[in-house]
This record gives sequence, C-alpha cells and structure tokens, in this order.
Amino acid sequence: MKRLETEILVIGGGAAGLSAAAEAAAAGAKVMILESDLHLGGQLVKQTHKFFGSKDEYAGTRGFKIADILLKEMESCKENIEIHTNTTVTGYYSEDDTFTAMRDEDEFFTIKADRAIVATGAQERLIPFVNNDLPGVYGAGAVQTIMNVYGVVPGKRVLMVGAGNIGLIVSYQLMQAGVEVAAIVEAAPKVGGYWVHAAKVRRMGVPILLRHSIKRALGDEIITGAMITELNERFEPVGEEKKIDCDVICIAVGLTPTTEILSQAGCEMMYVPELCGNVARRDSSMQTSNPKFFTAGDASGIEEASAAMVEGRVAGLSALKSLGYPTEHGRLEEYWGRLQALRSGEAGKRICQGLTCVLTEDWEAVHNG
Amino acid sequence: MADKKEIQEPIYVCRCEEVTLEEIDEWIEKGYDTVEELKRVLRVGMGPCQGRGCQDILLREIARKTGKPITEIHPATVRPPVKPIKISLLAEGGEE
Repeated sequence: MKRLETEILVIGGGAAGLSAAAEAAAAGAKVMILESDLHLGGQLVKQTHKFFGSKDEYAGTRGFKIADILLKEMESCKENIEIHTNTTVTGYYSEDDTFTAMRDEDEFFTIKADRAIVATGAQERLIPFVNNDLPGVYGAGAVQTIMNVYGVVPGKRVLMVGAGNIGLIVSYQLMQAGVEVAAIVEAAPKVGGYWVHAAKVRRMGVPILLRHSIKRALGDEIITGAMITELNERFEPVGEEKKIDCDVICIAVGLTPTTEILSQAGCEMMYVPELCGNVARRDSSMQTSNPKFFTAGDASGIEEASAAMVEGRVAGLSALKSLGYPTEHGRLEEYWGRLQALRSGEAGKRICQGLTCVLTEDWEAVHNG
Repeated sequence: MADKKEIQEPIYVCRCEEVTLEEIDEWIEKGYDTVEELKRVLRVGMGPCQGRGCQDILLREIARKTGKPITEIHPATVRPPVKPIKISLLAEGGEE
C-alpha cells in the first residue's frame, strides 16, 4: 500500500486549513493538505457576499475572493506544499501513528505525519419532522453549493428554516438567483443572524416568522408544501398549523463540528453548547491533549470564517514551533489579539463563554498536575 | 417537540438505517438511554454516514427525555473508517 510522509498534515483545505498551511509552509515546513472536496477553499468558495469582521481578515471582500487570496499566498511557498483534493482522511490509528486516506473511491493509502492540524470544518444540523426524508429537503450549505458553485437553483419557492446568518444569507442568495422565498421560520424569539442581513430580506418582502417551526413536509414523491406551527416559550407547538406552498425546504438550523479524527487520536473531547457540539480541549496555541494534534476553524467550535482563518494561522505557527522551527517573535500574540478583536462583539460573547470551558492553560502544566 | 400520541407518521432521525423518532423514544423509555445502547438495539448512526446526520438529534433527544443536560450525554465512540471504503481497496493493501 502506498505510504506518504509529511511534516505537517493539514486535514481540510478550507478557511482554517489553508491559513494553517500557508503559515507553516512559508516558514519552510513540509505541508500536506488533504481536502475531501474536488477543489480547495471549503465554504469560502460559495460565499458570494462580502465579509464583515476586520480588515486583517479581508472584511469587505467576498468569500470566494478570500479563497483566491489564500491560494495565491500558498503559491509563494508551493514547493513546500503537497495538495491532495478529492481525498478524505478515513482514519487515524494511534497504535501505528498512521493516517489512512482515500482518493475518490478508488485509491487507498497511508500517511505518516509529525504533526496534524485538524481543520475538518463542520456538518449541517438537521431537525426531525414528518417527511424530512423527501427529495426537496436540503441543508442550507447544500443549497449554497449547488447554486453558487454549480449554478443550479434548487427549485422555485423555498421555505427557509432558521434565521441565523446562514439562513438569512442563503435566503438572499436564493432571491438573487430568482428563487422565491416563501417565508423564514425561526424557533427562537429573535433573529439569530446580523440585523443587516435580516433587514435586507425583510425589505424584499420575505416574512420572518419568529417562534415558528416546521411541523411536516407535504408531498408523496417530492415536496409540495410544508405545515408550520407557532411555538410557545418551551418550544412546544401551539395553535393551528399553517400551510406554506413550496417545493424546497431549506434547513439552516446550525452546524456542528466535524471531529472524528480528533476523537480517534484520543484528544480530550467536550460537548460545549456555545461551540455547537463536541470539540477538542486545547490550549491557546490550538494544541490538543495529544501533542501531535492541533485543531482550528469550525472543527474547534462553530464560528465565523474570519476567526477560522486566524485560528488556522495560530495552529500552523504552533505546529511549526513544536517541530523546532524558528518563529517570528510576537506573531502568535498578534494573532491572539486579532482573535480577541473578532470576538469582541455581541456574537463573540457566546464564543468566549464556550472557550472558557475548553481552553486549558497549558498542557504541560495539566499533565504534570 | 411532538407528544407521543401525535406521532402517527414516521419521523426519520437516522435516514441511513431508517430509524424513527418514535422507536428511539420507545427504547429510551425502556432504559436504553445512551447513544451506544441505542446503536446496539436500533443500528441508529451505523449506516454509511456514520451518524453525521443523526447523532446530534439523538443527543438532544436523549437529553430531552432523560432531563439530563446535553453536555452529560456521551457521543458514540468513533472508529475508523469515517467513510465507507470498498473492501477491494483494503484487500489490495494486504500481504500474501
């Protein structure tokens, strides 16, 4: 069986992974990026809107252009970077300290790496309702992919479930693509996403129904509508069900970190609601309890792409440091400062609360008791 | 969420193995209130997606039914491979 080797294995070529790879490769380390998709860029490539955040993280630039900027940065140190797209890391075997990976579905090989940065991103949350297995029920991320990457619209009229940033942004993008958005239902008593996004879809005439949820999808073979219902403060359905005509139901109820490899590596894991799922405990350098493993981006807790990119830089830098590469004095501190700035807003409060649960001072101190 | 009496039509939680919310609730009531136990009796989360779609729902359902905080519900043990691999690919790498 083919066996590859590298110094730093970056699992996931999205916002965090590419930033980590760029950081590490620029300092001279051999980096290998494994990306399960056909191309690099992760979620960035389907973000057609301009980013918020700070100038350092390309605020004002559209997401897919940010992916180009990162790829260009990697160009300057490409001799140090080996890229495998359409390749999934399928496992880590701690007894042999070996990763296994599969390219497409017809090549299987092993990888030895001195360090691993797990930047595997997130997966979409689904919710249970009657007929949720009918064709026409999509995750919002899937809708963004087919629309913004492949230029295909999912249908004619959409019911959006969830008024967080993803639900709001995807609603707007659907309308830009000529698809009607019948309504946005949100179980919480307030809009989760930024006000500007909500205001934009409201101005275009889309009702945002707070304290509402989907009860069932209608249709035999495909979606022909949806029944929605109002919720009380205990999130229990109250009152009459209302019918919404639609041929697509788009689920945007959040993401949860993808962390299989970290679990297999024996990293201490913790369920942190504020970070939206099971994540690895880490120190401020993004090092996990397994000193060879670092985590960054949504895999370490659901947050915005801007923060994912800085976390990637931190993880890349720390992996370098732990391999004995000289690193620029003060650089890590600069990244910490940027993260702090990104998290200083209202939305950042929740993230910071979650981080206090998973952050440990320093692993050596923990292990030496 | 829905009261038991209302669940007439199946609500699929695990699409790979076609496990419904009603079945999950029924087994939780019988005392199988951990992800690992539910996996063993229902195969929930053991299909091709390995629980990516359903584990999160399962954790929340166990928390809701048992009244425990979700932070105390243990997720399933994660074993490789995380994605189905053709047996022929694995066999290629074997020794004579």
